Amino acid sequence: MDQFAVKVFVRLRPSVLDPAGEATKSASIKLGAEGIKSLRIGKMIEVKIEGNDENEVRGKIDLLCDRLFANTVIEDYEYSLEKL
Amino acid sequence: MDNFTVGVVVFPGSNCDRDVSWALEGCLDIRTKYLWHESSDLSVVDAIVLPGGFSYGDYLRCGAIARFSPLINALDEFVKSGKRVLGICNGFQILTESGFLPGALVANKNLNFICDDVELDIISSKGGWFNNGDEKQTIKLPIAHGEGRYHCDSDTLKKLLDNELIALRYKNNPNGSSFDIAGITNEKGNVLGLMPHPERACDKTIGGTDGLFTLKSLILK
Repeated sequence: MDQFAVKVFVRLRPSVLDPAGEATKSASIKLGAEGIKSLRIGKMIEVKIEGNDENEVRGKIDLLCDRLFANTVIEDYEYSLEKL
Repeated sequence: MDNFTVGVVVFPGSNCDRDVSWALEGCLDIRTKYLWHESSDLSVVDAIVLPGGFSYGDYLRCGAIARFSPLINALDEFVKSGKRVLGICNGFQILTESGFLPGALVANKNLNFICDDVELDIISSKGGWFNNGDEKQTIKLPIAHGEGRYHCDSDTLKKLLDNELIALRYKNNPNGSSFDIAGITNEKGNVLGLMPHPERACDKTIGGTDGLFTLKSLILK
């Protein structure tokens, strides 16, 4: 069994308003940061997982992303995977 | 209907379960039974309420973890059999997360937790959830939520409109919901999800009785 480190990024779909991102953008501008065109907040989920090979692990992570980590009605996801 | 029993589901973090039970038993004389989220035997009840609150601390997303409880797994058969399910606030969020109702509920547009009375237009009579006898088309119910902004894509909205699945719309949209949506039903009409709290409007002494009919309609066949 190999161990893999997976980083899952979950983001609100572009069509979904992100009021927390808007509020943070507003605060960033108040801080003096210039040139911010867009600011959106997502989630990053770190998983350490065992599997026989990368394909098997990707299958498990796809299921987790699709059924639990993200609500695909409002969110997109992507992930990176590294063999430890 | 003497033996008719409404199951009130209790998740870790539910906080409107007792209010729902109080309203059904105390105001409507309808028997209730608390159902712990780990139970999957739904044969002991005739209708189910998923109450408001913060199931599993709203971790990940509101309703996302509750979806995987044994009770919600058993709910599919219950719904298919035509029995009635009412999801209030967090219960509505659970129903969308678990796919019983389309769309999703996300953070209010202004990020505030809104606790207020709102006026609502009754849009669809599907399922008979709002047949209040005097054909009143506008009702007033309390809301209390931080993540009640109903969101769906344009195809889903069209489906909701074409099939008359929009049950309630806000008169003055408080949270930025798509199309002012406050509550929807499934196609059969036996599942209703809504952000307002009918159980908090069941007695004149606490401000109104417009929630009575929705709870009473749980006993409809």
